[in-house]
Amino acid sequence: MTPRLVVRQTGPLALIEDLGRPGLAHLGVPGSGALDRGAAMLANRLVGNPDGAAIIEILVGGFAARFEGETWFAVTGAWGSAALDGRAIAPYTATRATNGGALELGTAERGIRYVLAVRGGIDVPEVLGSRSRDTMAGLGPEPLVAGQVLAIGAEPGASVPLLDQEAAFPPPDGLVTLGVLPGPRADWFTDASRAALFDNGWRLSEQADRVGARLVGTPLARRVPGELASEATVPGSIQVAGDGLPTILLADRPVTGGYPVIAIVAPGSLDAVAQLRPGQAVRFRHA
Amino acid sequence: MSRRLLPSGDAAVLVECDTLEEVLALHDALAADPRPGVVELVPAARTILVAIDPARLPLESAATWVRRIRVEAGSRLAGRTADEVTIPVVYDGDDLSQTAELLGVSPEALAARHQAAEWRVAFIGFAPGFGYLVSDDWPFEVPRLEAPRTRVPAGAVAIAGAFAGAYPRQGPGGWRLIGRTDAPPWAPESDPPALLVPGRRVRFEATQGG
Repeated sequence: MTPRLVVRQTGPLALIEDLGRPGLAHLGVPGSGALDRGAAMLANRLVGNPDGAAIIEILVGGFAARFEGETWFAVTGAWGSAALDGRAIAPYTATRATNGGALELGTAERGIRYVLAVRGGIDVPEVLGSRSRDTMAGLGPEPLVAGQVLAIGAEPGASVPLLDQEAAFPPPDGLVTLGVLPGPRADWFTDASRAALFDNGWRLSEQADRVGARLVGTPLARRVPGELASEATVPGSIQVAGDGLPTILLADRPVTGGYPVIAIVAPGSLDAVAQLRPGQAVRFRHA
Repeated sequence: MSRRLLPSGDAAVLVECDTLEEVLALHDALAADPRPGVVELVPAARTILVAIDPARLPLESAATWVRRIRVEAGSRLAGRTADEVTIPVVYDGDDLSQTAELLGVSPEALAARHQAAEWRVAFIGFAPGFGYLVSDDWPFEVPRLEAPRTRVPAGAVAIAGAFAGAYPRQGPGGWRLIGRTDAPPWAPESDPPALLVPGRRVRFEATQGG
Protein backbone atom coordinates (compact mmCIF):
# COMPACT_ATOMS: atom_id res chain seq x y z
CA MET A 1 0.00 0.00 0.00
CA THR A 2 1.27 3.46 -0.81
CA PRO A 3 1.85 5.70 2.19
CA ARG A 4 -0.59 8.36 3.26
CA LEU A 5 -0.30 11.60 5.15
CA VAL A 6 -2.79 12.44 7.90
CA VAL A 7 -3.10 16.19 8.53
CA ARG A 8 -3.34 16.98 12.24
CA GLN A 9 -2.93 20.77 12.25
CA THR A 10 -2.85 23.14 9.30
CA GLY A 11 -1.70 26.45 10.78
CA PRO A 12 -3.23 29.57 9.16
CA LEU A 13 -3.30 28.16 5.61
CA ALA A 14 -1.98 24.96 4.08
CA LEU A 15 -2.59 24.43 0.36
CA ILE A 16 -1.79 21.79 -2.19
CA GLU A 17 0.16 23.32 -5.08
CA ASP A 18 2.19 22.20 -8.07
CA LEU A 19 3.55 24.26 -10.94
CA GLY A 20 0.09 25.50 -11.87
CA ARG A 21 -1.99 25.93 -15.00
CA PRO A 22 0.05 27.72 -17.65
CA GLY A 23 -1.50 28.64 -20.98
CA LEU A 24 -5.11 29.13 -19.85
CA ALA A 25 -5.07 32.87 -19.23
CA HIS A 26 -7.05 33.46 -22.44
CA LEU A 27 -9.89 31.54 -20.76
CA GLY A 28 -9.58 33.66 -17.64
CA VAL A 29 -7.70 31.01 -15.67
CA PRO A 30 -4.61 32.29 -13.82
CA GLY A 31 -1.38 30.31 -13.72
CA SER A 32 -1.58 29.68 -9.96
CA GLY A 33 0.84 27.07 -8.57
CA ALA A 34 3.42 27.15 -5.79
CA LEU A 35 4.31 30.73 -4.92
CA ASP A 36 7.95 29.83 -4.25
CA ARG A 37 8.47 27.71 -7.34
CA GLY A 38 12.15 27.20 -6.69
CA ALA A 39 11.41 25.80 -3.25
CA ALA A 40 8.76 23.48 -4.68
CA MET A 41 11.07 22.16 -7.38
CA LEU A 42 13.95 21.74 -4.93
CA ALA A 43 11.79 19.87 -2.41
CA ASN A 44 10.61 17.56 -5.16
CA ARG A 45 14.13 16.92 -6.44
CA LEU A 46 15.32 16.11 -2.93
CA VAL A 47 12.87 13.20 -2.75
CA GLY A 48 13.29 12.07 -6.37
CA ASN A 49 9.99 13.52 -7.60
CA PRO A 50 9.51 15.24 -10.92
CA ASP A 51 9.55 19.04 -10.53
CA GLY A 52 5.80 19.32 -11.01
CA ALA A 53 4.69 16.88 -8.29
CA ALA A 54 2.12 18.35 -5.91
CA ILE A 55 3.51 19.69 -2.63
CA ILE A 56 1.97 21.34 0.43
CA GLU A 57 2.52 25.08 0.74
CA ILE A 58 2.34 25.99 4.42
CA LEU A 59 1.89 29.61 5.42
CA VAL A 60 3.76 30.67 8.59
CA GLY A 61 3.82 27.20 10.21
CA GLY A 62 1.88 25.50 12.96
CA PHE A 63 1.51 22.48 10.71
CA ALA A 64 1.47 18.91 11.99
CA ALA A 65 0.92 15.63 10.19
CA ARG A 66 1.44 11.89 10.68
CA PHE A 67 2.85 9.53 8.08
CA GLU A 68 1.08 6.25 7.47
CA GLY A 69 3.70 4.02 5.91
CA GLU A 70 7.38 4.67 5.39
CA THR A 71 8.45 7.29 2.93
CA TRP A 72 10.80 10.18 2.19
CA PHE A 73 9.93 13.83 2.59
CA ALA A 74 11.70 17.18 2.47
CA VAL A 75 10.92 20.68 3.78
CA THR A 76 12.16 23.73 1.87
CA GLY A 77 11.21 27.39 1.53
CA ALA A 78 10.71 29.05 4.90
CA TRP A 79 13.20 28.30 7.66
CA GLY A 80 11.98 27.38 11.11
CA SER A 81 11.90 24.52 13.54
CA ALA A 82 10.99 21.25 11.86
CA ALA A 83 10.85 18.02 13.79
CA LEU A 84 10.04 14.38 13.15
CA ASP A 85 8.93 12.51 16.27
CA GLY A 86 10.24 15.38 18.35
CA ARG A 87 13.75 15.33 16.87
CA ALA A 88 14.90 18.29 14.79
CA ILE A 89 15.36 17.56 11.10
CA ALA A 90 17.65 19.41 8.70
CA PRO A 91 15.99 21.81 6.31
CA TYR A 92 16.44 21.28 2.58
CA THR A 93 17.30 17.62 3.14
CA ALA A 94 15.45 14.40 2.35
CA THR A 95 14.37 12.67 5.54
CA ARG A 96 13.01 9.14 5.94
CA ALA A 97 9.72 9.00 7.83
CA THR A 98 8.83 5.83 9.65
CA ASN A 99 5.29 4.48 9.78
CA GLY A 100 3.41 6.67 12.26
CA GLY A 101 6.10 9.36 12.16
CA ALA A 102 4.85 12.71 13.44
CA LEU A 103 6.01 15.79 11.52
CA GLU A 104 5.75 19.21 13.12
CA LEU A 105 6.63 22.57 11.59
CA GLY A 106 7.01 25.47 14.01
CA THR A 107 6.51 29.13 13.25
CA ALA A 108 8.78 30.23 10.41
CA GLU A 109 11.73 32.35 11.55
CA ARG A 110 12.93 33.22 8.05
CA GLY A 111 10.62 33.47 5.08
CA ILE A 112 6.94 32.72 5.46
CA ARG A 113 6.01 29.76 3.22
CA TYR A 114 7.26 26.26 3.88
CA VAL A 115 7.13 23.68 1.14
CA LEU A 116 6.60 20.05 2.15
CA ALA A 117 7.25 17.46 -0.54
CA VAL A 118 6.57 13.77 -0.01
CA ARG A 119 8.07 11.12 -2.28
CA GLY A 120 5.37 10.28 -4.86
CA GLY A 121 3.68 13.68 -4.52
CA ILE A 122 0.35 14.55 -2.97
CA ASP A 123 -2.24 12.64 -4.96
CA VAL A 124 -5.47 14.56 -5.44
CA PRO A 125 -7.52 14.86 -8.66
CA GLU A 126 -6.27 17.37 -11.19
CA VAL A 127 -8.42 20.31 -12.22
CA LEU A 128 -7.48 21.73 -15.62
CA GLY A 129 -4.27 19.75 -15.62
CA SER A 130 -3.06 20.87 -12.20
CA ARG A 131 -3.42 20.00 -8.53
CA SER A 132 -2.92 23.61 -7.49
CA ARG A 133 -5.32 25.50 -5.29
CA ASP A 134 -6.15 28.83 -6.90
CA THR A 135 -7.37 30.97 -4.02
CA MET A 136 -8.84 33.67 -6.27
CA ALA A 137 -10.62 31.59 -8.90
CA GLY A 138 -11.56 28.88 -6.38
CA LEU A 139 -10.11 26.10 -8.55
CA GLY A 140 -8.35 22.96 -7.36
CA PRO A 141 -8.26 21.25 -3.96
CA GLU A 142 -9.76 23.09 -1.00
CA PRO A 143 -7.40 24.30 1.73
CA LEU A 144 -6.31 21.46 3.99
CA VAL A 145 -8.21 20.80 7.21
CA ALA A 146 -7.20 18.92 10.33
CA GLY A 147 -8.08 15.25 10.11
CA GLN A 148 -7.78 15.13 6.35
CA VAL A 149 -6.06 12.05 4.92
CA LEU A 150 -3.94 12.72 1.84
CA ALA A 151 -3.08 9.99 -0.62
CA ILE A 152 0.51 9.86 -1.80
CA GLY A 153 1.25 9.06 -5.43
CA ALA A 154 3.19 6.05 -6.69
CA GLU A 155 6.96 5.94 -6.20
CA PRO A 156 8.64 7.92 -8.95
CA GLY A 157 11.19 6.19 -11.19
CA ALA A 158 14.07 8.27 -9.86
CA SER A 159 15.62 7.28 -6.58
CA VAL A 160 16.20 9.71 -3.74
CA PRO A 161 19.35 11.47 -4.87
CA LEU A 162 22.46 11.29 -2.76
CA LEU A 163 23.51 14.85 -2.19
CA ASP A 164 26.68 15.93 -0.60
CA GLN A 165 26.04 18.74 1.82
CA GLU A 166 23.59 20.69 -0.32
CA ALA A 167 24.06 24.42 0.09
CA ALA A 168 20.94 25.63 1.83
CA PHE A 169 20.41 29.29 2.51
CA PRO A 170 17.51 30.49 4.60
CA PRO A 171 15.41 33.29 3.10
CA PRO A 172 16.90 36.66 4.13
CA ASP A 173 15.40 38.37 7.16
CA GLY A 174 16.63 41.87 6.29
CA LEU A 175 16.40 44.00 3.20
CA VAL A 176 15.44 42.10 0.05
CA THR A 177 16.42 43.53 -3.33
CA LEU A 178 14.22 42.53 -6.24
CA GLY A 179 15.25 42.77 -9.88
CA VAL A 180 12.64 44.38 -12.10
CA LEU A 181 12.06 44.68 -15.83
CA PRO A 182 10.29 47.53 -17.65
CA GLY A 183 6.50 47.50 -17.39
CA PRO A 184 3.92 48.34 -20.03
CA ARG A 185 2.57 51.50 -18.37
CA ALA A 186 5.68 53.14 -16.95
CA ASP A 187 4.83 56.22 -19.03
CA TRP A 188 1.64 56.68 -17.00
CA PHE A 189 3.84 57.85 -14.11
CA THR A 190 5.84 61.00 -13.57
CA ASP A 191 9.59 60.85 -14.13
CA ALA A 192 10.07 61.50 -10.43
CA SER A 193 7.87 58.56 -9.51
CA ARG A 194 9.60 56.25 -11.96
CA ALA A 195 12.86 57.12 -10.27
CA ALA A 196 11.31 56.88 -6.82
CA LEU A 197 10.29 53.28 -7.47
CA PHE A 198 14.01 52.45 -7.39
CA ASP A 199 15.32 55.16 -5.08
CA ASN A 200 12.80 54.77 -2.29
CA GLY A 201 12.57 51.91 0.13
CA TRP A 202 9.38 49.86 0.45
CA ARG A 203 7.94 47.52 3.02
CA LEU A 204 5.60 44.57 2.65
CA SER A 205 2.19 45.45 4.07
CA GLU A 206 -0.10 43.12 5.99
CA GLN A 207 -2.11 42.77 2.78
CA ALA A 208 -0.06 40.11 1.12
CA ASP A 209 -1.31 36.78 -0.11
CA ARG A 210 -1.15 34.53 -3.17
CA VAL A 211 -3.03 37.12 -5.25
CA GLY A 212 -0.65 39.98 -4.61
CA ALA A 213 1.88 41.53 -2.27
CA ARG A 214 0.96 45.11 -1.45
CA LEU A 215 3.81 47.40 -0.47
CA VAL A 216 3.81 50.53 1.65
CA GLY A 217 6.01 53.58 1.13
CA THR A 218 5.76 57.00 -0.46
CA PRO A 219 2.92 56.93 -3.01
CA LEU A 220 3.85 57.13 -6.69
CA ALA A 221 2.32 59.95 -8.73
CA ARG A 222 0.61 59.46 -12.05
CA ARG A 223 1.30 61.58 -15.12
CA VAL A 224 -1.67 60.17 -17.05
CA PRO A 225 -4.92 60.44 -15.12
CA GLY A 226 -8.00 58.38 -15.81
CA GLU A 227 -8.83 54.74 -16.03
CA LEU A 228 -7.04 52.00 -17.85
CA ALA A 229 -9.07 49.43 -19.75
CA SER A 230 -8.36 46.10 -18.04
CA GLU A 231 -5.47 44.24 -19.64
CA ALA A 232 -3.69 40.94 -19.12
CA THR A 233 -0.85 40.92 -16.62
CA VAL A 234 2.09 38.58 -16.11
CA PRO A 235 3.24 37.28 -12.70
CA GLY A 236 5.35 39.91 -10.97
CA SER A 237 3.55 42.86 -12.52
CA ILE A 238 3.86 45.86 -10.20
CA GLN A 239 0.42 47.39 -10.39
CA VAL A 240 -0.12 50.81 -8.87
CA ALA A 241 -3.57 51.39 -7.41
CA GLY A 242 -5.38 54.71 -7.15
CA ASP A 243 -3.66 55.52 -3.86
CA GLY A 244 -0.24 55.34 -5.54
CA LEU A 245 0.95 52.24 -3.67
CA PRO A 246 2.36 49.30 -5.60
CA THR A 247 1.16 45.70 -5.46
CA ILE A 248 3.25 42.88 -6.89
CA LEU A 249 0.75 40.59 -8.61
CA LEU A 250 1.38 36.91 -7.94
CA ALA A 251 0.27 33.45 -9.05
CA ASP A 252 -3.45 33.70 -8.13
CA ARG A 253 -3.99 37.21 -9.52
CA PRO A 254 -7.00 37.76 -11.78
CA VAL A 255 -5.93 37.36 -15.39
CA THR A 256 -6.65 40.99 -16.21
CA GLY A 257 -6.12 44.09 -14.12
CA GLY A 258 -7.34 47.64 -14.46
CA TYR A 259 -4.50 49.56 -12.79
CA PRO A 260 -1.35 50.57 -14.67
CA VAL A 261 1.69 48.30 -14.34
CA ILE A 262 4.82 50.43 -13.82
CA ALA A 263 7.37 47.60 -13.87
CA ILE A 264 7.61 43.83 -13.58
CA VAL A 265 9.50 41.82 -10.98
CA ALA A 266 11.87 39.59 -12.91
CA PRO A 267 11.05 35.87 -12.79
CA GLY A 268 14.34 35.26 -10.96
CA SER A 269 13.18 37.46 -8.06
CA LEU A 270 9.60 36.18 -7.75
CA ASP A 271 10.42 33.37 -5.33
CA ALA A 272 11.89 35.95 -2.97
CA VAL A 273 8.56 37.83 -3.01
CA ALA A 274 6.83 34.62 -1.92
CA GLN A 275 9.01 34.56 1.21
CA LEU A 276 8.64 38.22 2.25
CA ARG A 277 7.20 38.80 5.70
CA PRO A 278 4.89 41.70 6.56
CA GLY A 279 7.02 44.73 7.48
CA GLN A 280 10.11 43.41 5.67
CA ALA A 281 12.11 45.99 3.71
CA VAL A 282 12.17 45.77 -0.08
CA ARG A 283 14.15 47.59 -2.75
CA PHE A 284 13.94 47.43 -6.51
CA ARG A 285 16.87 47.41 -8.89
CA HIS A 286 17.00 47.18 -12.67
CA ALA A 287 17.34 43.53 -13.62
CA MET B 1 -4.22 50.63 -37.83
CA SER B 2 -2.00 51.44 -34.91
CA ARG B 3 -0.16 48.82 -32.95
CA ARG B 4 2.00 49.72 -29.99
CA LEU B 5 4.26 47.13 -28.45
CA LEU B 6 4.69 47.57 -24.72
CA PRO B 7 7.18 45.67 -22.55
CA SER B 8 5.74 43.00 -20.27
CA GLY B 9 8.62 41.07 -18.78
CA ASP B 10 10.97 38.68 -20.55
CA ALA B 11 8.33 36.22 -21.77
CA ALA B 12 5.56 38.41 -23.15
CA VAL B 13 4.83 41.56 -25.07
CA LEU B 14 1.67 43.61 -24.64
CA VAL B 15 0.22 44.91 -27.89
CA GLU B 16 -2.04 47.93 -27.65
CA CYS B 17 -4.58 48.98 -30.27
CA ASP B 18 -6.85 52.02 -30.49
CA THR B 19 -10.14 50.16 -30.59
CA LEU B 20 -11.65 46.81 -29.69
CA GLU B 21 -12.30 46.22 -33.42
CA GLU B 22 -8.57 46.46 -34.05
CA VAL B 23 -7.88 44.07 -31.18
CA LEU B 24 -10.28 41.52 -32.64
CA ALA B 25 -8.85 41.81 -36.14
CA LEU B 26 -5.28 41.52 -34.83
CA HIS B 27 -6.23 38.56 -32.66
CA ASP B 28 -7.69 36.80 -35.70
CA ALA B 29 -4.56 37.50 -37.74
CA LEU B 30 -2.20 36.26 -35.01
CA ALA B 31 -4.31 33.18 -34.31
CA ALA B 32 -4.44 32.34 -38.03
CA ASP B 33 -0.65 32.51 -38.46
CA PRO B 34 0.80 31.12 -35.25
CA ARG B 35 4.52 30.89 -34.51
CA PRO B 36 6.07 27.99 -32.63
CA GLY B 37 6.96 29.21 -29.17
CA VAL B 38 3.91 31.44 -28.79
CA VAL B 39 2.34 30.09 -25.61
CA GLU B 40 -0.91 32.01 -25.77
CA LEU B 41 -2.73 35.14 -26.84
CA VAL B 42 -4.71 36.92 -24.13
CA PRO B 43 -6.99 39.57 -25.63
CA ALA B 44 -8.59 42.33 -23.57
CA ALA B 45 -10.52 45.50 -24.42
CA ARG B 46 -7.59 47.38 -26.02
CA THR B 47 -4.69 44.97 -25.79
CA ILE B 48 -3.43 41.49 -26.56
CA LEU B 49 -0.81 39.89 -24.36
CA VAL B 50 1.40 37.71 -26.53
CA ALA B 51 3.03 35.21 -24.18
CA ILE B 52 6.01 33.25 -25.46
CA ASP B 53 8.43 30.58 -24.38
CA PRO B 54 11.73 32.46 -24.69
CA ALA B 55 13.61 29.17 -25.10
CA ARG B 56 11.72 28.52 -28.33
CA LEU B 57 11.03 32.00 -29.66
CA PRO B 58 13.14 35.04 -28.80
CA LEU B 59 11.10 37.99 -27.58
CA GLU B 60 12.48 40.12 -30.41
CA SER B 61 11.25 37.61 -33.01
CA ALA B 62 7.80 37.63 -31.43
CA ALA B 63 7.77 41.42 -31.57
CA THR B 64 8.72 41.35 -35.25
CA TRP B 65 5.96 38.84 -35.95
CA VAL B 66 3.40 41.10 -34.27
CA ARG B 67 4.69 44.25 -36.00
CA ARG B 68 4.64 42.76 -39.46
CA ILE B 69 1.50 40.66 -39.48
CA ARG B 70 -1.11 41.69 -42.04
CA VAL B 71 -4.52 42.40 -40.60
CA GLU B 72 -7.81 42.39 -42.47
CA ALA B 73 -9.45 45.71 -41.82
CA GLY B 74 -12.65 45.29 -40.35
CA SER B 75 -15.65 44.72 -38.36
CA ARG B 76 -16.00 42.98 -35.08
CA LEU B 77 -16.63 39.81 -37.04
CA ALA B 78 -13.53 40.10 -39.20
CA GLY B 79 -11.77 36.91 -40.21
CA ARG B 80 -14.72 34.69 -39.46
CA THR B 81 -13.90 31.15 -38.50
CA ALA B 82 -15.96 27.98 -38.55
CA ASP B 83 -15.83 27.82 -34.78
CA GLU B 84 -19.40 28.64 -33.84
CA VAL B 85 -21.63 27.64 -30.98
CA THR B 86 -25.37 28.04 -30.41
CA ILE B 87 -26.52 28.69 -26.87
CA PRO B 88 -30.14 27.88 -25.95
CA VAL B 89 -31.71 30.60 -23.82
CA VAL B 90 -34.90 30.89 -21.81
CA TYR B 91 -35.65 34.61 -21.91
CA ASP B 92 -37.07 35.11 -18.44
CA GLY B 93 -34.32 37.10 -16.72
CA ASP B 94 -35.21 39.27 -13.75
CA ASP B 95 -33.99 42.41 -15.52
CA LEU B 96 -35.51 41.72 -18.95
CA SER B 97 -38.61 43.93 -18.68
CA GLN B 98 -36.89 46.82 -16.95
CA THR B 99 -33.96 46.76 -19.35
CA ALA B 100 -36.25 46.63 -22.39
CA GLU B 101 -38.15 49.59 -21.02
CA LEU B 102 -34.89 51.48 -20.52
CA LEU B 103 -34.07 50.84 -24.19
CA GLY B 104 -37.58 51.73 -25.37
CA VAL B 105 -38.39 48.31 -26.81
CA SER B 106 -40.58 45.42 -25.77
CA PRO B 107 -39.03 42.48 -23.89
CA GLU B 108 -39.86 40.30 -26.90
CA ALA B 109 -38.07 42.68 -29.25
CA LEU B 110 -35.00 42.77 -27.00
CA ALA B 111 -34.89 38.97 -26.92
CA ALA B 112 -35.35 38.86 -30.69
CA ARG B 113 -32.44 41.25 -31.30
CA HIS B 114 -30.28 39.23 -28.91
CA GLN B 115 -31.00 36.13 -31.02
CA ALA B 116 -30.71 37.83 -34.39
CA ALA B 117 -27.25 39.17 -33.63
CA GLU B 118 -24.15 37.25 -34.59
CA TRP B 119 -21.86 37.50 -31.59
CA ARG B 120 -18.20 36.82 -31.08
CA VAL B 121 -16.23 36.31 -27.91
CA ALA B 122 -13.93 39.33 -27.69
CA PHE B 123 -12.10 38.51 -24.49
CA ILE B 124 -12.49 36.96 -21.07
CA GLY B 125 -13.34 39.29 -18.24
CA PHE B 126 -13.05 39.10 -14.51
CA ALA B 127 -13.62 35.42 -13.90
CA PRO B 128 -12.63 32.12 -15.53
CA GLY B 129 -14.82 31.57 -18.57
CA PHE B 130 -16.62 34.92 -18.39
CA GLY B 131 -16.58 35.86 -22.08
CA TYR B 132 -17.37 39.39 -23.21
CA LEU B 133 -19.38 39.05 -26.44
CA VAL B 134 -19.64 41.79 -29.07
CA SER B 135 -21.69 42.07 -32.23
CA ASP B 136 -21.98 44.43 -35.21
CA ASP B 137 -25.71 43.70 -35.15
CA TRP B 138 -26.36 44.78 -31.57
CA PRO B 139 -27.54 48.39 -31.34
CA PHE B 140 -27.95 48.65 -27.59
CA GLU B 141 -25.82 49.93 -24.79
CA VAL B 142 -27.03 49.64 -21.20
CA PRO B 143 -25.47 50.64 -17.91
CA ARG B 144 -24.68 48.01 -15.32
CA LEU B 145 -27.01 47.65 -12.37
CA GLU B 146 -26.52 50.36 -9.81
CA ALA B 147 -26.44 47.77 -7.06
CA PRO B 148 -24.72 44.53 -8.18
CA ARG B 149 -26.33 41.29 -7.08
CA THR B 150 -24.43 39.34 -4.47
CA ARG B 151 -25.48 36.10 -6.09
CA VAL B 152 -26.04 35.47 -9.78
CA PRO B 153 -26.66 31.83 -10.72
CA ALA B 154 -24.40 29.99 -13.17
CA GLY B 155 -25.84 30.09 -16.68
CA ALA B 156 -27.49 33.51 -16.26
CA VAL B 157 -27.52 35.25 -19.66
CA ALA B 158 -26.85 38.93 -19.28
CA ILE B 159 -25.97 42.21 -20.98
CA ALA B 160 -23.98 45.26 -19.86
CA GLY B 161 -22.47 48.15 -21.80
CA ALA B 162 -22.42 46.97 -25.40
CA PHE B 163 -21.52 43.44 -24.30
CA ALA B 164 -23.43 40.21 -23.86
CA GLY B 165 -22.36 37.28 -21.72
CA ALA B 166 -23.32 34.30 -19.62
CA TYR B 167 -22.25 33.82 -16.02
CA PRO B 168 -19.95 30.79 -15.93
CA ARG B 169 -20.30 30.16 -12.22
CA GLN B 170 -22.44 31.38 -9.39
CA GLY B 171 -21.16 34.60 -7.93
CA PRO B 172 -21.69 38.34 -7.52
CA GLY B 173 -22.45 40.38 -10.62
CA GLY B 174 -23.74 43.69 -11.92
CA TRP B 175 -24.82 42.73 -15.44
CA ARG B 176 -28.51 42.84 -16.40
CA LEU B 177 -30.04 39.38 -16.44
CA ILE B 178 -32.20 38.75 -19.50
CA GLY B 179 -32.36 34.95 -19.48
CA ARG B 180 -30.67 31.69 -18.60
CA THR B 181 -29.08 28.78 -20.38
CA ASP B 182 -28.59 25.11 -19.63
CA ALA B 183 -25.41 25.07 -21.72
CA PRO B 184 -22.75 25.12 -19.05
CA PRO B 185 -20.48 28.11 -19.82
CA TRP B 186 -17.85 26.61 -17.53
CA ALA B 187 -16.97 22.92 -17.21
CA PRO B 188 -13.49 22.28 -15.82
CA GLU B 189 -13.56 18.66 -16.97
CA SER B 190 -14.09 19.71 -20.60
CA ASP B 191 -11.41 20.77 -23.07
CA PRO B 192 -11.57 23.70 -23.40
CA PRO B 193 -13.23 24.24 -20.03
CA ALA B 194 -14.91 27.43 -21.21
CA LEU B 195 -17.72 27.53 -23.73
CA LEU B 196 -16.86 31.13 -24.56
CA VAL B 197 -13.34 31.04 -26.00
CA PRO B 198 -11.94 34.27 -27.49
CA GLY B 199 -12.59 34.34 -31.24
CA ARG B 200 -15.51 31.92 -31.09
CA ARG B 201 -18.79 32.93 -32.82
CA VAL B 202 -21.92 32.66 -30.76
CA ARG B 203 -25.63 32.64 -31.50
CA PHE B 204 -28.38 32.63 -28.91
CA GLU B 205 -31.56 30.68 -29.58
CA ALA B 206 -34.79 30.86 -27.61
CA THR B 207 -35.95 27.66 -25.98
CA GLN B 208 -38.86 26.87 -23.71
CA GLY B 209 -37.93 26.86 -20.07
CA GLY B 210 -38.85 24.28 -17.49
